[in-house]
Amino acid sequence: MSPVLADVLQVSALIVALALVHRPLGDYMAAVFSSGKHLRVEKWIYRAVGANPDTEMRWPAYLRGVLAFSAVSVLFLYLILRIQNGLPGSLGFAAITPDQAFNTAASFVSNTNWQSYSGESSMGHVAQTTGLAVQNFASAAVGIAVAVALVRGFARSRTGELGNFWADLVRGTVRILIPISVVAAVLLVAAGAVQNFAGIHELTTVTGQTQSISPGAVASQEAIKDLGTNGGGYFNANSSHPFENPNGFSNLLTIFLLLVIPFSLPRTFGRMVGSVRQGYAIVGAMATIWFVGVVLVTWLEFAHPGTASQLAGGAMEGKEQRFGEGASSLFAVSTTMTSTGSVNSFHDSFGGLSGGVLLLGMMLGEIAPGGVGSGLYGMLIMAVVAVFVAGLMVGRTPEYLGKKIGTREMKYAACYILVTPALVLIGTAVAMATGNGESSMTNTGAHGFSEVLYAYTSASNNNGSAFAGFGANTGFHNTALGLCMLLGRFLPMVFVLALAGSLAEQKPVPETAGTLRTEKPLFTGLLVGTIMIITGLTFFPALALGPLAEGLAA
Amino acid sequence: MNNSVANTGRLAWAALRMLLVLTVVTGVLYPLAVTGIAQGLFNDKANGSIVKADGREVGSELIGQTWNIRGTENPDPKWFQPRPSNSGYDPLATGSSQLGASDAKLTKMVGDAKKQVASFNGVPESEVPKDAVTGSASAIDPHISPEYAEIQIKRVAKANGLSEQQVTKLVDDHTEGRTAGFLGEPHINVLRLNLALKDLAAH
Repeated sequence: MSPVLADVLQVSALIVALALVHRPLGDYMAAVFSSGKHLRVEKWIYRAVGANPDTEMRWPAYLRGVLAFSAVSVLFLYLILRIQNGLPGSLGFAAITPDQAFNTAASFVSNTNWQSYSGESSMGHVAQTTGLAVQNFASAAVGIAVAVALVRGFARSRTGELGNFWADLVRGTVRILIPISVVAAVLLVAAGAVQNFAGIHELTTVTGQTQSISPGAVASQEAIKDLGTNGGGYFNANSSHPFENPNGFSNLLTIFLLLVIPFSLPRTFGRMVGSVRQGYAIVGAMATIWFVGVVLVTWLEFAHPGTASQLAGGAMEGKEQRFGEGASSLFAVSTTMTSTGSVNSFHDSFGGLSGGVLLLGMMLGEIAPGGVGSGLYGMLIMAVVAVFVAGLMVGRTPEYLGKKIGTREMKYAACYILVTPALVLIGTAVAMATGNGESSMTNTGAHGFSEVLYAYTSASNNNGSAFAGFGANTGFHNTALGLCMLLGRFLPMVFVLALAGSLAEQKPVPETAGTLRTEKPLFTGLLVGTIMIITGLTFFPALALGPLAEGLAA
Repeated sequence: MNNSVANTGRLAWAALRMLLVLTVVTGVLYPLAVTGIAQGLFNDKANGSIVKADGREVGSELIGQTWNIRGTENPDPKWFQPRPSNSGYDPLATGSSQLGASDAKLTKMVGDAKKQVASFNGVPESEVPKDAVTGSASAIDPHISPEYAEIQIKRVAKANGLSEQQVTKLVDDHTEGRTAGFLGEPHINVLRLNLALKDLAAH
């Protein structure tokens, strides 16, 4: 079988698996967030915390919950990293430096999982499990909670109440993330991933080389790293490390995990607003962009432009033999478009134009299908913008799902879509202007600029993958990227929740013959077009200086 | 004012308690439960798939290693050689070269590797496969392509005093196809192959 045919089968298998799972999982998640019942374990948790899960919150209260929980999380994780040398199971590693600890805490709490550290030589058992893994769960659950709050904004009328943040956080963790993670982690171990709390294992190879085999609770971390679209690898090599991702099966499972919740949430949305076809229109836009990205990058990597790849006879630099070009391209597109950021191959060594597609995937704002929760709310904001554009074209007050999109709603949506481009472009510009960009490059010229642009795009959009040649562990970049991650995560959430509150207060507008049919394929097309135009206009100049210049020169 | 400070304090306290409870559930109970299941069901894999030969541990099936002449940086002709590594197969320093596909330095590295592999194995440069001249992502890739194994057969057979047919059979026996027939690429585990080669040469 040719590698291309095998890859076509692989992509098809993935699509079939997602298509089969997204309906039951989406329906299940809708039930989880609509149910009035609490599980016994959830009742224990509410009692321990002293929170009443049945109190309805308006948007400011919901937002205060999100921000308080996240702020406490940043401080707690920072503390663990700063004192990890004194914790049990530290494997003899030192405390993390203040700027790197801030960067890492911001990174994991914001669901970015940008890593300016190298796992196998700096993080002990306790830092990995009670520090990093906890935020893999919590940040993902926060994302889902905010998305669900926005959906309730569309679904509810004349109330302003968006649900209870503590209940949403606990239910997302207990009923969705933990059960799937346990199953996935066991499957990963069955494939060969490591799962222990041993010390570093020294041995002497056949030819007398001394090797230190790293231990760790790897599989349990992997499962939630991908399911929660987090992406922070246990080891520096991330999912290219054979202990994290040992074979073709674990690789496909990993890709499935990072796509499954983002692609299922539109179904949840459809269920909760009372029309599953509205969900299909949204998932259609997500799937279209993702699929075009997969085809483009796969084609470019098999064609392997670039002088080094041409000479080698293939684009295998920075790729593993057991995966090859096809499985690496599929992973790369899926991880950049889901805000995950785990990698099974190194994007820095992809061809210039493939790297550009990966960058664009993040610049779209992580909505195709995006991170858990953040992908859905990002896409719904774009849907609001698309409805508004359509309204302008026919000179009619736009409405979406029976809610008027008025001045107030558009202001929130506009603020949302301005946040990340501002962070990306200003961040990159400041890094370049101050010389901090250039001094951290591994490559030179256009590709070097792409490294800097990629770093600030990845951080601001909460992706976390890297053109990893970029030397990010400096005081400047640790701090600047940390701020980009926090602002890129929580400022948009403010606007999402404000929009949700505003929508939930409205009384529904009856549907008329003039109402835009947002459940039709035509709307999906309009949505994709709107996304492309907004992102294209914003980022084209920056892309022209980096990946386009490199790709066209090759 | 006092009221809002008190409210903020109460909220932060609730948030901290929530975080601590979630830390116990997802940061302690979850990894311990998974570890328990993993150690019980897949003990060998959960502990790193360690490979033993002649009664001692010689590596992990999943971690590549160097096959140089003892004490040197030069490849030993009697072993099948792995892919180039950015870190000399040090598992505590994983990660690739990070050089771009058009980078001048990478182009030179590929060109040099191509010359070296061709002359080391006595084959023309056009027969050197791509994985033989490119660094992997992890820098500890335990596998090579069947094509790379094939161009090494002649050299390995000669250095071990074996026939080419014997070594070819060994390579064929160790070639693993795509998982389930279509996932990933065909590959050969270098450690397993070399250990089998060692057995064969000893008999």
